[in-house]
Amino acid sequence: MSEKILYSYTALFDTPNQIIKAAKKVKEEGYTKYDVNTPYPIHGMDAAMELKPSLLPYVALVVGLTAAISMIIFLWWQNTIDYPLNIGGKPFFALPAYIPVTFEVTVLSASIATVVAMLFFVFKFPNNVHPLHDTDYMKRVSVDKYGISIQAEDPLFEAEKVKSLFNSLGASSITPIYYSDELVNFKPKILEPKFISFLIILFIVVSGATYITLNKLLFLPPYSWMMVQDKVIAQKTSDFFGGGSGMLTPVKGTVARGFLPYKFDKKPELAAKELVNPLMPVKKNIELGKTKFNIYCSPCHGYHAEGKSRLRGQFPIPPSLHSDKVRNWSDGRIYHVITEGQNVMPSYAHQLSRQERWAIVLYIRALQRSLNAKESDLQ
Amino acid sequence: MSDVIEYTKKKLPANWNKTGIVLFALGLILVILSFMTDVSRSSFNAVVFLTFLTSIGLGSLFWIATEYLSGAVWSTPFRRVAEFLASLLIILPLAALPSYFNLHDVFHWTHLEVVKGDAYLSAKQPYLNVPFFTIRTIAFFLIWIIFYFYITRNSLKQDTTKDQNLTKKNLRWSAIFIPIFALTITFFSIDWLMSLEPHWFSTIFGVYYFAGTALASMAAITYLVVKLNEKGYFVEGLVSDHYYSFGALLFGFLNFWAYIAFSQFLLIWYANLPEETLWFLQKWEGNWLYFSILLIIIHFVVPYFALLSQPAKMDPKRLKFMSLWILFAHYFDLYWISMPTYSEFAFMPGWIELGFIILTIGVIILVFNWKANKENLVPIGDPKLKRGIKFRL
Repeated sequence: MSEKILYSYTALFDTPNQIIKAAKKVKEEGYTKYDVNTPYPIHGMDAAMELKPSLLPYVALVVGLTAAISMIIFLWWQNTIDYPLNIGGKPFFALPAYIPVTFEVTVLSASIATVVAMLFFVFKFPNNVHPLHDTDYMKRVSVDKYGISIQAEDPLFEAEKVKSLFNSLGASSITPIYYSDELVNFKPKILEPKFISFLIILFIVVSGATYITLNKLLFLPPYSWMMVQDKVIAQKTSDFFGGGSGMLTPVKGTVARGFLPYKFDKKPELAAKELVNPLMPVKKNIELGKTKFNIYCSPCHGYHAEGKSRLRGQFPIPPSLHSDKVRNWSDGRIYHVITEGQNVMPSYAHQLSRQERWAIVLYIRALQRSLNAKESDLQ
Repeated sequence: MSDVIEYTKKKLPANWNKTGIVLFALGLILVILSFMTDVSRSSFNAVVFLTFLTSIGLGSLFWIATEYLSGAVWSTPFRRVAEFLASLLIILPLAALPSYFNLHDVFHWTHLEVVKGDAYLSAKQPYLNVPFFTIRTIAFFLIWIIFYFYITRNSLKQDTTKDQNLTKKNLRWSAIFIPIFALTITFFSIDWLMSLEPHWFSTIFGVYYFAGTALASMAAITYLVVKLNEKGYFVEGLVSDHYYSFGALLFGFLNFWAYIAFSQFLLIWYANLPEETLWFLQKWEGNWLYFSILLIIIHFVVPYFALLSQPAKMDPKRLKFMSLWILFAHYFDLYWISMPTYSEFAFMPGWIELGFIILTIGVIILVFNWKANKENLVPIGDPKLKRGIKFRL
């Protein structure tokens, strides 16, 4: 450290009235690089120093409006183009529902942008040192004094003149402030390897601790009671039957109730020939078929089996079931398609019992008949 | 603080009184004519007239009480303006008469034969019946006038006695007034505005009316204060720091109104219950659709952007224009609340509406003028006055 460089001359005052008068006087003398430090905001100080309004409100306005508009556009795109969902019968573009979200996003982005702009443009981040830091002057004005400091950079600055000006205003003490070594040789410390590695370690510790807390610590005994249960867990060894298996294989030559194997695997022609509908075409069976058809078949085939899909083109549209081809199929052939699926249509053997499948066949027959009624139906 | 504030009483400009009398006379003639041509429509307009005057008078009393309770000093120099406006409360019983004599035309629930056959209305009958309605309305007027009387009397007494205890007394009156104000304004709005559509209900309606009330009365105070201050009626004068507070309050309550109005709409829109949506559906059909869209623009969008920036909040010209705008917006709001009940579809305002607006302006000017010429325009005995004049942000 060779020679101290002067930053500013500071003066302390005892009352708020004095500091306002001092600020006005300093302004009148034509100084531009000066600042006032007080323990609390003083009414009328802005006017005394003739401060210009801050530019930060414009940052808030621009960012806020941008956020509001982009949020509305995003919600419109998401709800009408990308993933339209019918929610409570409301239109896809439901403006009232978007307003709270848009409002929150507007406020959030505007406030964050204002804080970030303040840090970078006003506080000159990552610079975090200032000549006034850690001086006796700053300690006093943080407690009970009102201070003013005129910088040496000011074109009008002359040490003697400034001192006499402060004296004439009734300052209780006048001190020069010098740049510290730290400030003269200031380098941003934010990219130092030590700091970066500290951040990385902090990240690992915090995320690791979060993981352990949420996944392990919370389930230490006695809080493990929901996980320890007397039941078979799939893919886990079990001592119940011996041999480590949780389940026993069925005895050879037996089948479970209601699980008769389907004999016509991949043999549609044989199924068409040999299978006969066991259900009678009575009202009860047809209504069961209607219910099940409307649940499982109608989303793609349409309510009247005319191929009018409700899936908005998200699944290939199947052909009509009123074609000559399907009308000429036997009951067993249709049953086979429901059981095994065909082309992109999957098997419905797991969703529908045998009886229900046959009931659907009956209902499809009824639908077909409705478009191709026989002479006898009209009487 | 050694210096005493020097105040010499000045009369208001003579043309104020003239304007007031001309507008009042013209309005009165038009209103009488309109009652002769279309009683039903005029009675609905009279409800708007009554609720608007209540907004200004009661809202001003609310601001006075708020000043005492919060210990605000910036508003002390012009508190008298609010007190003069609050004297509108005295004439409320008179203003209620035209619609009260035609209750049958305005309120569906007064038709007993309809109430009998209607499950909703007969369930509400213990509350919504003419005798109880009358008692409530009289009680509200009485309560407000009592509070108005005591608070302003203490304030006036202070001019001569300079007794600081009177401020304390008023603080106590204000503390009692605020909760009572909250209840009475809620039930008043339910009685006179919400029950126009007796099947409908909204639990936020009282707050909605309050938001408009606080906004409109602040706008009336702002307009008069800025206007009088330019002519030098407030001793040393108010400066942009006072103006900024006006602008900020107006802006804040604009947002509050929009927030409450939207909250009311959003919940009803979401839940989509037939007994709640009917009120909004009515206002979304026929010509009322344009009124509803206009309301959003007039009552929120335009004043929001007009008062957004800091310099705009301090600009006296902007403040005067926007406070008149907001007053009109509040009248429009009340009109939008009540009139769809009168006519559900194609409807256009005409000379009947104009007559009531002219009468409203005339009444407010006359009452204000009468009080302002009788009493000091500045509360010279108030201990906070000096600090209020010197108020800087």
